[in-house]
Amino acid sequence: MANALEVEHLEVHFGEKRVLSDLSFEVRSGGALAIIGPNGAGKTVLFQALIGALRHGGSIRWAPGTRLGYVPQKLDIERDLPLTGVDFLRAKATIARAPLGDVDRMLSLVGLPLSSAREPIGTLSGGQFQRLLLAFALVARPNVLLFDEPTAGVDQLGEEGLYETIHRLQVEQGLTLLLISHELTIVYRYASAVLCLGRGRPCFGPPDEVLTSEIMAQAYGAPVRFHRHDAHD
Amino acid sequence: MTLTTEALLLSVAMASAAGLVGAFAVMRRMALASDALSHVALPGIGLALAFHVHPVVGGIAALCLGALLIWSLEYRTRMSTETIIGVVFSAALAVGSMMATGEELLDALLGVPASLTRAEAALGVVAALGIIAFVLTQKERLVMALVSADLARTSGVRVAGLELAFLLAFALTVSLGLRYLGVLLMGSLIIIPAATAKHVARSLDGMLATSVVLAVISTVAGAALASRFQRSSGPVIIVIAAGMFFASLFLRRRR
Repeated sequence: MANALEVEHLEVHFGEKRVLSDLSFEVRSGGALAIIGPNGAGKTVLFQALIGALRHGGSIRWAPGTRLGYVPQKLDIERDLPLTGVDFLRAKATIARAPLGDVDRMLSLVGLPLSSAREPIGTLSGGQFQRLLLAFALVARPNVLLFDEPTAGVDQLGEEGLYETIHRLQVEQGLTLLLISHELTIVYRYASAVLCLGRGRPCFGPPDEVLTSEIMAQAYGAPVRFHRHDAHD
Repeated sequence: MTLTTEALLLSVAMASAAGLVGAFAVMRRMALASDALSHVALPGIGLALAFHVHPVVGGIAALCLGALLIWSLEYRTRMSTETIIGVVFSAALAVGSMMATGEELLDALLGVPASLTRAEAALGVVAALGIIAFVLTQKERLVMALVSADLARTSGVRVAGLELAFLLAFALTVSLGLRYLGVLLMGSLIIIPAATAKHVARSLDGMLATSVVLAVISTVAGAALASRFQRSSGPVIIVIAAGMFFASLFLRRRR
C-alpha cells in the first residue's frame, strides 16, 4: 500500500474516560505527519495505541514490513543506573540482529560523541539524552519514526539542530515521520500533513488547510499565534 | 555444615544466579518488593510440612504461584508491583505462620544447617545454571524493558512475557536458597550484592560482574567462616554481604 499507516475509527478509553474517539487518518509512505493539540488532547496516548501498548477500538494498520523507531517524550531514568548509552544502543542492535557497527554510525549521525555515549545514561544532559534516544530509534534501520515532542528540555539552538537532523534523515532515508509537536512554526515548515486533536472533532489535512486561525482557536480553546514560513517543502 | 565439594559447587552456582537476578531486580527498583516476594514461600513450606512433602517442593510451588499472582494482578489492575507484593507478602506471612509451628517457621525463615544429599545438590546446580543462562541470554531484552516498556515494545520485545519469566526466575532463585539460607536471608543474598554493585559499577557488564563476584565471595567466605566457628552459615553470609555494601557507600563518598 502507498500508505505507511491507516487508522480508522480509533477509540481509546481509560475506564469511563474517553481519550480518543472516532479518529481516522492515514500517513503516506515517506510523508511527515505532525500531530498537534493542547495538553491532554491525547497525542501521547495516540502514539501508545499506534505502537501497540494500549487496548483500543477501531483499526490501526501499518504497511507490511514496517519497522518502528520510537522517540518518547521523556524517560524516567535513575541518575545512578549503571547503564551506558552504548549498552543501551547495543541492546537494541542485538535484539534486532542488526550489526553492532550500527551503534557507532547512528551516534555520529545524531552528533553524540562516543565519549558521552560511554557515560551512564542518567548523567547525560537533556539534549545529549534526546540525541541518544534518536540514535536508539535509528538502530536497526526503521522505516517509520515516531517522535513525541523531540525537543522538550532542549535549548533553542539544540532544538533547531535536532529538527534539522530529523528532517535530513527523513529526506535521505525516505523515512515516514510521525511527529508530536507544540512548535507550530516547525510543524508548518516540515509536515506534509497535520492532525489536530483537541476540543471538538479531530481535524486532519494538509498544513495549509489545518493550520488556520479558526481551526487552531477551536482546538486550543483560545487564539493561537504562529508564523507561516513560505519556504515550506 | 562442613564445606563439601558439592556444597561449595552449589553455593557458587546459587550465588552467581542470585547476583545476576539481583542486578536486574535492583535496577528495576524492586529491591523491597523482591525481598518480600521471597516470603511467599512460607505458606508452601507450611503446607508441605503438613502433608509430609519435601518442604522445598512446597516452597517452589508457592513462589511460582506468587510470581504468577503478582504478575497477573499487575497487568489487570495496573497497580505498582511494590503495592501488590506488599499485600501478597503480608497475606503469605499470615497464612504461613498459621500453618507452621514456631520452630518450623524459624527454620524456614533462617534456613537449616542440614546436610544436602547429592541429588539435591545436583538439582540445585542445574537450576542455578538454567537461571544464569536465562539472564545472560535475555539481558538485552531485560535492559530495554527496565529502561522503557514502550521502547522495548517497538524493538520487538514481548514485555509482559519477559516480566513473567523474570519473576519466575526470581522465584526459582529464592527456592535455591530455601534449605541453605532460609527465606529471609535468600532474599537478602539476591538484593545486597546487587545493591553494592549498583553503587560501584558504571556499565551494565560491570554491574553484572560485580554483583556476581560479591555474591560468590559473601557466600563462600560466609560458609567457610561459619563452619570454622560453628555458626549457622546464613547470617554470616548476609553480614559479610552487608559489610561490603556499607564499605561501598564509604568508598563512593571518598571517590
